[in-house]
Amino acid sequence: MLEVRNIFKTYEGELLLDDISFTVEAGETICLLGASGSGKSTLLRIIAGLEVPDSGLVSFNGSDLTSIPPHLRDFGLVFQDYALFPHLNVNENVAYGLKMRRMDEEEIRKRVASSLQLVDLTEFGNRKVTGLSGGEQQRVALARALAIRPRLLMFDEPLGALDRALREDLLDELRMILHHTDIPAIYVTHDQEEAFTIADRVLILHAGKIIREGTPADVWADPRSAFVARFLGLGNVVEGEVKRGVENGKWKVESKIGVFDIVCEHGHQGGDKVHLLVRPFDQRAERSRSMDNAISGVVSDVIFQQDRYNITFDNGLYIYLKDAPKVGEKVEVSVKVECLA
Amino acid sequence: MNYPLNHGETKTQRIDNFSVPSWLRRIFLWLLPLAFLSIFFFIPLSRILSLTFTIDTFSLENLGRALQVLLFTLYQALLSTLLTLLLGLPSAYLFSRYDFRGKSLLRALIAVPFMLPTVVVAAAFNALLGPRGLVGNLLPIASLQFIGTLTAILIAHVFYNTTIVIRLVGNSLSSLDPRLEQTARSLGADSFRVWWNVILPILRPSILASSLLVFLFDFTSFGVILLLGASKFSTLELEIYLRVLKLPNLPLAALLSVIQLVCTVVVSVLYTRVVTRTTIQTTPRSEASNLRKPKTFREKIFVSVFCLLLAAFFILPLASLPIRSLFRLEADRGQRGEVQYGFTTDYYAELFVNRRGSVFYVPPIQATVNSLGYAGATVALSLLLGFPAAFALARPTRLERVLDPLIMLPLGSSAVMLGLGFIITYGNWLTLPWLVPFAHTLVALPFVIRALQPAIASIPERLRQAATSLGASPFEVWKTIDFPILRRATLSAATFAFTISLGEFGATLLISRPEYPTIPVAIERFLSQPGGLNYGQAMAMASILMLLTTLGILMIEKFRLPNAGEF
Repeated sequence: MLEVRNIFKTYEGELLLDDISFTVEAGETICLLGASGSGKSTLLRIIAGLEVPDSGLVSFNGSDLTSIPPHLRDFGLVFQDYALFPHLNVNENVAYGLKMRRMDEEEIRKRVASSLQLVDLTEFGNRKVTGLSGGEQQRVALARALAIRPRLLMFDEPLGALDRALREDLLDELRMILHHTDIPAIYVTHDQEEAFTIADRVLILHAGKIIREGTPADVWADPRSAFVARFLGLGNVVEGEVKRGVENGKWKVESKIGVFDIVCEHGHQGGDKVHLLVRPFDQRAERSRSMDNAISGVVSDVIFQQDRYNITFDNGLYIYLKDAPKVGEKVEVSVKVECLA
Repeated sequence: MNYPLNHGETKTQRIDNFSVPSWLRRIFLWLLPLAFLSIFFFIPLSRILSLTFTIDTFSLENLGRALQVLLFTLYQALLSTLLTLLLGLPSAYLFSRYDFRGKSLLRALIAVPFMLPTVVVAAAFNALLGPRGLVGNLLPIASLQFIGTLTAILIAHVFYNTTIVIRLVGNSLSSLDPRLEQTARSLGADSFRVWWNVILPILRPSILASSLLVFLFDFTSFGVILLLGASKFSTLELEIYLRVLKLPNLPLAALLSVIQLVCTVVVSVLYTRVVTRTTIQTTPRSEASNLRKPKTFREKIFVSVFCLLLAAFFILPLASLPIRSLFRLEADRGQRGEVQYGFTTDYYAELFVNRRGSVFYVPPIQATVNSLGYAGATVALSLLLGFPAAFALARPTRLERVLDPLIMLPLGSSAVMLGLGFIITYGNWLTLPWLVPFAHTLVALPFVIRALQPAIASIPERLRQAATSLGASPFEVWKTIDFPILRRATLSAATFAFTISLGEFGATLLISRPEYPTIPVAIERFLSQPGGLNYGQAMAMASILMLLTTLGILMIEKFRLPNAGEF
């Protein structure tokens, strides 16, 4: 459906987007995940036609969009700060896009009503938008974007201005709506939980490049780079050096926290510097793993977290345990150590 | 009262319309305003400059006269400023520290003169204290000599500008953290030391800023000097006018203009520097924290006496004008012996009569029609030019930072000088009455831009992007988003332009044709003619102008966004 090919964009002499290519298929929700300044919002605006790339192509269903102005692209856009029109009430806000399409009054009324119903704001039609709460405003913005039945929906950090509980509620609702309407969507966020909840596919943006792409499960299971592992908070990332080549299908890697035997699919040679990911789960709970490595350390901090304890060692590693050790106690755990590219 | 240099978001992403690159659109936005400014300001200015630097200009006689006039201008401006501070500082203290009944009304009253045309203020003082005025004719005062004295000029200037001191100094006084005073007290300072060591140093920038602004207005004052000074005093501004129309000497007029321009630019630059320092100095606090009701006997006396004094000073002249326009106090033309005193509408009725041998070739009421026409044209023209400039300035790039002071420059040059520029540049076209609205637009444009720009900047770019993504074309975005949101600011800007045009005196006096007088020009002519009937008509005209202007001020206040259009 949507195809983005080889997009480059510089802003004030700085390379903001560096050869970006991806596609969005029918009914699919993809998520552009990246820290602020990674260029994800710019990419969104380029797709919307609000900004022009230095080079590259955006096409939809095979037709090039370069010469289509933004107001004729039929792409819905939802912003973090809602961007509701302050001089119009809820109904008029939702009807705005329909009026621009010169629909007749009756049709507009119906569509507005059904859009408001979709976001659960049926009773709010005649309210002023300035009097609404943040969550309500964002629902109106969503209804407004849905009303035009866009070919593509784009969200620019839509929940960034809301508090946590509200964010989770709205995210679930949004997921249902996207699923229900089958509109392809691009969702931009810096919050990995949000991304993993809503996305069929995640694209991680860093320094203007897509550095990892895949389903949430894929990306979680294999972050590939140290940056992605750190960004997603998957565990401890430590530096190591490959000591010897393959032996029983395993590499021997030395690091300041120990020597590990690990399976590595990235084809490293002896002497290579690598990054290791140490997931913070105690593998003894899952007996199935046979390639466990052990790490040990003196406990320097214990934090209670709902159903587990977050233990920090004096060497900086952290690990989740069912039972709380004492500070100063020496603990040994078996962990899964993975090799990163 | 600092210039709201509200530049909105600094690093902003704008809708780049693909066919038109953004720099081209900026140039397009600036095209009309810059063309206008070049034709009607910069070219006339350069003509004045080139006229100044000719051999004829620098004769001993000219230089001597210029020096003499400059010294008097500085003298009266300095004296006026000191007197304004004398009244303004205690008033600022009164308004920022005490809560009393009728406070906002009194404050509004004091602000009215600042917006009134100078001819109205001059006429008002004339109605109160002039030879045909209420006091001289109703009270048994033997010889009241007011018109034609320095006192008259000084009092009118104080009347005009006290509100500036109240607003600037009052603002920083009320945003002063009361804990500073309390801390100083607890550290052992008595109330004099608190004032001298703590409060005054903090207020100094705002006192300085208000003094500079008041000085600037007094320095370039024209209508007051002309009408209340009765040709006995000559300031730079007045001398330029005289050397253009009465005792023609254009090189001297040009020299005086340049001297005046240099002075105003220097003072403006000083003012801007002081203001930039004031705004970063203290964090504003809520005004309520410093306000209290007068409690002790001394406080009650101070508040009530001072309020009474202020009310009298500001109400008496403003009330005298309409009263005098409706009361006959002396013999009119042809009436010998018996004088009829009392209520009359004759002065208004006379405005509709085209008498032979009168000051005009047309019924005087025609001046009102002309003024309204000119004002309408000024509104249209200044909005046409102001909108694109304000749009560009709302999202400034490097280009705008250069152009912003440039477009405000006409504010720094005086009205009479603008008139002089028109005359020496477009003298041949002065037969065309439509030149007047262009001069008025020159004066009104900075105000219009300052009223529009913050409103435009307050519309988030996201709103336009949202509208675009919903299918609105650039024109539809403007029509359905920008315009409805800006409507209030537009009305306020339009009223600014309208009111300024109605009251503009200096430039109009120089360039208007005799058969197309405006209200202020008509008032001046009536006042300079002998006879009770002419005087009465001046009062009637001035009352009409005061009414129209007051309506305008009320409109502006009603539509004004917070912080918009102040300076």
